[in-house]
Amino acid sequence: MREIKYEDIVKAIRDCIIYSGTNLPKDALQKMQEAFENEKSPVAKEVLRQLLENAKIASDEQKPLCQDTGLAVFFVRVGEDVKVVGGTLKDAINEGTQKGYKEGYLRASTCKWDSRENLKDSVGYNLPAIIHFDLVEGDELEIEYAAKGGGSENVSRATVLPPAAGRQGIIDYVKEVISNAGPNPCPPLTVGVGIGGTFEKAVISSKHALFRKLGSVNEDPVLREMEDELVIELNKLGIGAMGMGGTQTVFGVHIEANPCHIASLPVSVNVQCHSSRHTTIKL
Amino acid sequence: MSKTYYLTTPLSDSDVEQLKSGDIVYLSGTIYTARDAAHKKLVDLINDGKELPFEIEGSVIYFVGPTPPKPGDPIGSAGPTTSYRMDSYSPILIRQKGLKGMIGKGKRNQEVIDACKECKAIYFGATGGAGALLARQIKSAEVIAYPELGPEAIRKLEVVDFPLTVINDSYGQDLYKIGREQYEVK
Repeated sequence: MREIKYEDIVKAIRDCIIYSGTNLPKDALQKMQEAFENEKSPVAKEVLRQLLENAKIASDEQKPLCQDTGLAVFFVRVGEDVKVVGGTLKDAINEGTQKGYKEGYLRASTCKWDSRENLKDSVGYNLPAIIHFDLVEGDELEIEYAAKGGGSENVSRATVLPPAAGRQGIIDYVKEVISNAGPNPCPPLTVGVGIGGTFEKAVISSKHALFRKLGSVNEDPVLREMEDELVIELNKLGIGAMGMGGTQTVFGVHIEANPCHIASLPVSVNVQCHSSRHTTIKL
Repeated sequence: MSKTYYLTTPLSDSDVEQLKSGDIVYLSGTIYTARDAAHKKLVDLINDGKELPFEIEGSVIYFVGPTPPKPGDPIGSAGPTTSYRMDSYSPILIRQKGLKGMIGKGKRNQEVIDACKECKAIYFGATGGAGALLARQIKSAEVIAYPELGPEAIRKLEVVDFPLTVINDSYGQDLYKIGREQYEVK
């Protein structure tokens, strides 16, 4: 058994939340630079220029990239030979989240679902964090983190297609979701697609797909081909940066697929704005 | 062809009439922040015939919920939020109280577009996700109503050369449609 201290997890989470709020990761920055260079529309090009400048200001002045500093989403892979001492893993992640948002001057964006009362003072900053646990072999603790903004979540959609819809049905559905979303989710986008499993498995897969490094290649050749086709198709929509019309609508499409029930073909599309704030911690 | 204008609030009918979808505007002067929760309160006051916390005639409302300021800063990051959540409130402010401008991001519904056309108002887009860059153009910020709403409280901002693009002009045009049609490959 390898022991990991509760307070070490709290500190790692806190630090990664503060850093991610103000520093766009290299993969997203690279994609933004490419989009700026390739964009044909002068209006959209100016938007991308502002976004590149914004990333520099945010990093230099340690000011959040975006006022929507998101809800904290975690995918946690816990090695079977890991033991957290001094408290539970879940509490450590939540405490680190609260500290990160408070001490990093990040926005309290969690409210009650009905009264819409901000939970800033009663329960704490942006708690509870959204955590997906997985148990794996080994003695490592791997935590993937993303700050997920509201605008791009609002246009995300899921459905269960009839199996006969097949590959083309999935492509058409993704196109429909992104076309309807238009300017609202702050393009250029990363599009996470979850296929198969049950209804909720598809949704969680589409979320997890967004954590993959931008510009990385899918290991599955069938999915890789679908991703390449979708990037071309989605850029043809003409939405462009911030929806003002242009050739650069997506940074990438990431697909995760699972075996599914013989009667179903679940598909989920989770949308990520251009401010793709994600990182991985290993403890 | 897109033109560039430097305007100061409050906005007049002639300020608004010259603007076309796709134009660039650098806006200076006082603007007010409000998101959906504050809009609901404003519209409730109008329905009850009560006084509003600021003069809406000629004013510009920015749809934003900033991050908390660091010590010494007037405001934290302050980029636009998605505007459709204000669609049910904006026409009331435009038609009944003379609101002249809104700053946000994303599509508005036909009722808002119609109100902009009939009452000469403008929907401006600011760059979503450029919160650090936009905050640089905000020189002061003061909460003037509903502090209990936290980031959603109404703030009075003084801005200098705040960079905007005209999305919906007072002639019923929509940049999101015009711009997309230009680059869509069928």
